[in-house]
Amino acid sequence: MADILVVLEVRDGKVRPASLQALGAARGLADARGGRVLALATEAVEPDLEALGGAGADEVLVAGAEAHSPDGAAATAVRVAGEEGADLVLLAATIRGRDLCGRIAAGLEAGFAPDCTALEADGEGLLFERPVYAGKARMQVRIRTPKAVASLRPNFFQPAGRSHSATRRDVPAEEGKARVVEMKGRQEGRPDVAEARIIVSGGRGLGGPENWPLLEALADALPGAALGASRAVVDAGWRPHSEQVGQTGKTVSPELYIAVGISGAIQHLAGMSTSKVIVAINKDAEAPIFQHATYGVVGDALEILPKLTEALKAAQAG
Amino acid sequence: MEILVCVKRVPATTTRVTVGPDGKSLDPTGVEYVLNPYDEFAVEEALRLKEAAGEGSVTAFSFGGAEAQKELRTVLAMGADAAVLLQSEAAAAADGATTARVLAEALRGRSFDLILFGKQAVDLDQHGVGPMVATLLGIPCISEVVALEVADGKVTAEREVEGGREVVEAPLPCAVTAQKGLNEPRYASLKGIMAAKKKPLEVVEVDPGEAAVEVVSMSPPPPRPPGRIVGEGPDAVPELLRLLQEEAKVL
Ligand SMILES: Cc1cc2nc3c(=O)[nH]c(=O)nc-3n(C[C@H](O)[C@H](O)[C@H](O)COP(=O)(O)OP(=O)(O)OC[C@H]3O[C@@H](n4cnc5c(N)ncnc54)[C@H](O)[C@@H]3O)c2cc1C
Ligand SMILES: Nc1ncnc2c1ncn2[C@@H]1O[C@H](COP(=O)(O)O)[C@@H](O)[C@H]1O
Repeated sequence: MADILVVLEVRDGKVRPASLQALGAARGLADARGGRVLALATEAVEPDLEALGGAGADEVLVAGAEAHSPDGAAATAVRVAGEEGADLVLLAATIRGRDLCGRIAAGLEAGFAPDCTALEADGEGLLFERPVYAGKARMQVRIRTPKAVASLRPNFFQPAGRSHSATRRDVPAEEGKARVVEMKGRQEGRPDVAEARIIVSGGRGLGGPENWPLLEALADALPGAALGASRAVVDAGWRPHSEQVGQTGKTVSPELYIAVGISGAIQHLAGMSTSKVIVAINKDAEAPIFQHATYGVVGDALEILPKLTEALKAAQAG
Repeated sequence: MEILVCVKRVPATTTRVTVGPDGKSLDPTGVEYVLNPYDEFAVEEALRLKEAAGEGSVTAFSFGGAEAQKELRTVLAMGADAAVLLQSEAAAAADGATTARVLAEALRGRSFDLILFGKQAVDLDQHGVGPMVATLLGIPCISEVVALEVADGKVTAEREVEGGREVVEAPLPCAVTAQKGLNEPRYASLKGIMAAKKKPLEVVEVDPGEAAVEVVSMSPPPPRPPGRIVGEGPDAVPELLRLLQEEAKVL
């Protein structure tokens, strides 16, 4: 059986967690249908062969471009897929991954399935499941071209979690015309909202930016939590757009999403309705968010937040 | 400055989604269609760049059914100079790769400095047509752009990625896909709407050929287990915490 190529996302010399999840998905398929799992880093990285092998890779190919070039990375992936005879290319559906998905498909004359939430091999080949219409429906699709490219939504797949060390091989990098020349406004400390396991998200119900320390304190009490925001809050200038969750912001699927003072407009739900557990805190018992929440608390967020933070800290200390 | 912009007719984001009788597509009954919101940012940016350059033209392309003339007229009313409908009844259901092939075929051989796209069409949410068309045409593409500058034959753009803001440079000709934040799209003025009626809208029949991706089924999202109100006010906190730890096991 042909091999699977997983294109890793590297930032600051590290492989992003969502790429390890894509390796896990590839491993599952390779175990079912045969073939190897090749991981490709299109830019310079000192790969952790234990971690990548454990997540699912058999071999790690390193093409050491100095900076990310979107077209260069795609050209490298297309060439490597051809040389290695891979018939399936998988990526994490991050902002970079979504962009590469269509480009690699163009180079391989392939169809593509972006932002998949499930992936299954059956007698006829591969079946990809993906949300459409902002999550208001899902589609199952088959790619009919000989080669296929798919991006996988973060947090829907797991790294293989095995004990295995991958081997390493260096391959040449292709030059691109577009180049990343600078990274600005790097977020330090907290993970990005699109990758976090837990998100604490605030809306207009928090009253103003002066109340955000209450939300930040809650996030601090939850290790690995990111801060999110509704569009109302971003439009008002209380929070940066990088935190916005929803149709015109980021799509997230954390294990726990805590929506505080967020009404639950359809465009907000579009970005977070696939979260595993949703907690809503809202003073209006009729707010639409409660229809989607696993657990709801009705009341004033400004009173509830400090209590929740305090209780979490006490639980951790105890 | 010659600018091309690709636009799609899509269901409004407030549409209630019902699966059609074929079990594979949206039931169009009662659905209101609009110009894809991200394509509004693309059109606006095209118009601004042309205005800033003081010369040039903006031409809009759409691969769609006959109805998509309406959205192209909207783009002309906003200020574009000409529009081309690549007409096929198969367009609405076409996958991203098939759409990109049709668009690339139509754009190949045209002279242009820049092609603008929306970052995503809010129907199948594929985020892929722009980068794929650019690759097929052999030009660079900068995706999901929130700030754009064109000077000295070069594009400098900013895009928000996980954990920061990337600054990307590319030479012209280049493609760009527009994200919210790039600009505030203008409304078509009455004068614009009148003028649009006289602007050229060319209709070209196209045959997309065999689909690259086949839809097997469409269904409602997986049901969420029913939620519950844990309680009211700060007194509900201990019970909420217990449920998160013991029932949901997320803490
Ligand atoms: C094309 C388009 C795209 C959009 N994209 C997005 C998007 O990406 N993301 C997004 O979020 N929105 C998006 N929106 C906007 C969306 O429709 C809503 O306007 C927005 O989500 C509302 O934000 P909110 O919930 O913070 O504010 P509101 O709707 O004003 O809700 C505030 C909530 O806080 C509650 N509240 C008030 N005081 C308190 C208190 N003291 N304690 C607890 N609760 C309190 C209220 O009961 C209310 O439910 C989009 C809209 C359009 C048209
Ligand atoms: N049928 C189409 N006709 C013209 N442009 C399209 C079409 N489909 C997609 N596009 C363009 O590609 C962008 C991304 O679409 P998608 O990859 O489908 O999410 C859209 O915002 C449009 O600019």
